[in-house]
Amino acid sequence: MLARTALAAMTRGPAAFLRSSWPWRSLAYLLCSAVHAVAACAAIYAAYAYGTGVAALAVVIALAVLALPAAAFERWRLRLVDRAPAGNPHAEPPRPGPRAWLATRIHEQATWRDLGFAVVAVSVMWWMDIGLVSSALWLPLLLMSGPFQPGMTPSQGLPLLVAGVLLLPLFAYLMAAWAGTRALVTRAVLAPGDAEIIRSRARLVDAFEAERRRIERDLHDGAQQRLVSLSMKIGLARLDVPPGSPVEARLAEAHEEARHALAELRELIRGVHPQVLTDRGLGAAVGDVAGRSAVPVDVDVSLPGRLPRAVEVTAFYVVSEALANIAKHSGARRGFVRGRVRDGALVLEIGDDGVGGADPAGTGLAGLADRVAVTDGMMTLSSPAGGPTSLRVEIPCQVCG
Amino acid sequence: MRIALAEDVVLLREGLAGLLDRFGHRVVASVGDGEALIAAVAGDRPDIVVADVRMPPGFGDEGLRAALTLRACHPGLAVLVLSQYVEQTYAAELLDSGGGAGIGYLLKDRIGDVREFVDAVERVAAGHTVVDPEVVRQLLSRRRGPLSRLTPREREVLGLVAEGRSNAAIARVLVVTEAAVSKHIAAILTKLDLPPAADDHRRVLAVLAYLRGQADPPYGVRSGDRTRP
Repeated sequence: MLARTALAAMTRGPAAFLRSSWPWRSLAYLLCSAVHAVAACAAIYAAYAYGTGVAALAVVIALAVLALPAAAFERWRLRLVDRAPAGNPHAEPPRPGPRAWLATRIHEQATWRDLGFAVVAVSVMWWMDIGLVSSALWLPLLLMSGPFQPGMTPSQGLPLLVAGVLLLPLFAYLMAAWAGTRALVTRAVLAPGDAEIIRSRARLVDAFEAERRRIERDLHDGAQQRLVSLSMKIGLARLDVPPGSPVEARLAEAHEEARHALAELRELIRGVHPQVLTDRGLGAAVGDVAGRSAVPVDVDVSLPGRLPRAVEVTAFYVVSEALANIAKHSGARRGFVRGRVRDGALVLEIGDDGVGGADPAGTGLAGLADRVAVTDGMMTLSSPAGGPTSLRVEIPCQVCG
Repeated sequence: MRIALAEDVVLLREGLAGLLDRFGHRVVASVGDGEALIAAVAGDRPDIVVADVRMPPGFGDEGLRAALTLRACHPGLAVLVLSQYVEQTYAAELLDSGGGAGIGYLLKDRIGDVREFVDAVERVAAGHTVVDPEVVRQLLSRRRGPLSRLTPREREVLGLVAEGRSNAAIARVLVVTEAAVSKHIAAILTKLDLPPAADDHRRVLAVLAYLRGQADPPYGVRSGDRTRP
């Protein structure tokens, strides 16, 4: 089951949504507001016990001290219902020390957004969150308690129990809808620019891909054809000189050089852009790249047909990089690549029986994660020391059935 | 022989025509795209078609598709496909057409080895199967099952058989006697549980089928239909 956010998950089939972790994640997300509830209740209690003046002063001080940690907590909380991590909008202070830090914070817009959001969260949002959860669960739970109420016969209680169970999915949707909406608002206020970064990255990747295709075309139509022609001309020249003569030896050397140049150029071009991917799709391209791998690789890719270009390109990039990593670092005897389309997402698993201990922060894997993030997909890596290593990548693909 | 050439780069097309001409063959049609090739073959059936994979208008695999179309319409027409990169997928599609007889699939680089290249053209025209060593290397690289029981020398011989070479040619490459080659081949066929075949050609197809069976997982890689989304 793959969706980046709870809201996106709701657009899938009801069975897939209800079986997934999203309703529970939404519940956990909303219950985090209990922290704000405690703060609000403390302020109200202070007003009763020490008078409104003292309480107001305490609230102002608390807000000044806690607004930034509260916003950081909100950004962290987003992970429950939005897989894309929220960026930190705060700038690094130019110098160490509290004074530089304070000056930086006071002059940046993000601080005031954090403060404003904290005020809204403590005064309004928490009771919406907690209220929605409690009212959403109250009716089904009450109905389900029917058979256990005093003075209820089982025959009266049972229909109520059934009605309660049937109502639960409805409330799962209600919770996910509010949690998702609240997360959208939070991201817009506390992590502005995230969406733009993701969009501009996607544009860069597209431009980069078009450029690669152009380079491949140019090399193929230019240098490669000329080299083939050169090799052919040398071959013909060798026919015209007496065998064993010094000239023939020179020509043989030149011929060998041309061959090497062709082989190197071929590998280079293949790396720039694999033509078979364009012509025959992901399954064929993965089969071919696996066939050239130094470590034997089992391929099991079964797809319903051609996938959208962007998905194919990203998936192929992931597989090639992962197989290159296996050949370079794993010491594996065998590798595997599995690919399926499930619930509107392409799921790829690449693994090996090598030494494990792959570092997700390493440049190769970090680059892969970035590339996958552009497609709104996600990547998980399991590589304990001693192996086995497996990399799982999910790329959303609405038209993949 | 009468040869139809399809290659979009004029420089190479003329070079190839000159080369084949030099060895006493006649280029009866020389075209630059798949459609023109199909038309040329329909008008004047050559002994063999030599085609580049990548041609206009899309610069994808038009040449290969034209080759497959020709094989379907004219059973028995010999076709040699040249490619800048050898891909197993393309090799498999060609080998599946018309029972794999009279089919060749070579890297374009091989044109430089003039004699071997012309020899390959002649063998394909004679109904043999010629597969690029690079494809065979990829197929052999899956060390699984009975293949691992072969000695290094036997693997070498198996590779040459898969490329479509005759016993005499294998003996020349490995600098051994033909009798030694026959012995190796008999041992290989026994180890791989393949029927002994007197006829070179059937043997090549059996070996290729075996290697491809190794290459494809039991559930198969489905490339899906070829409609673009």
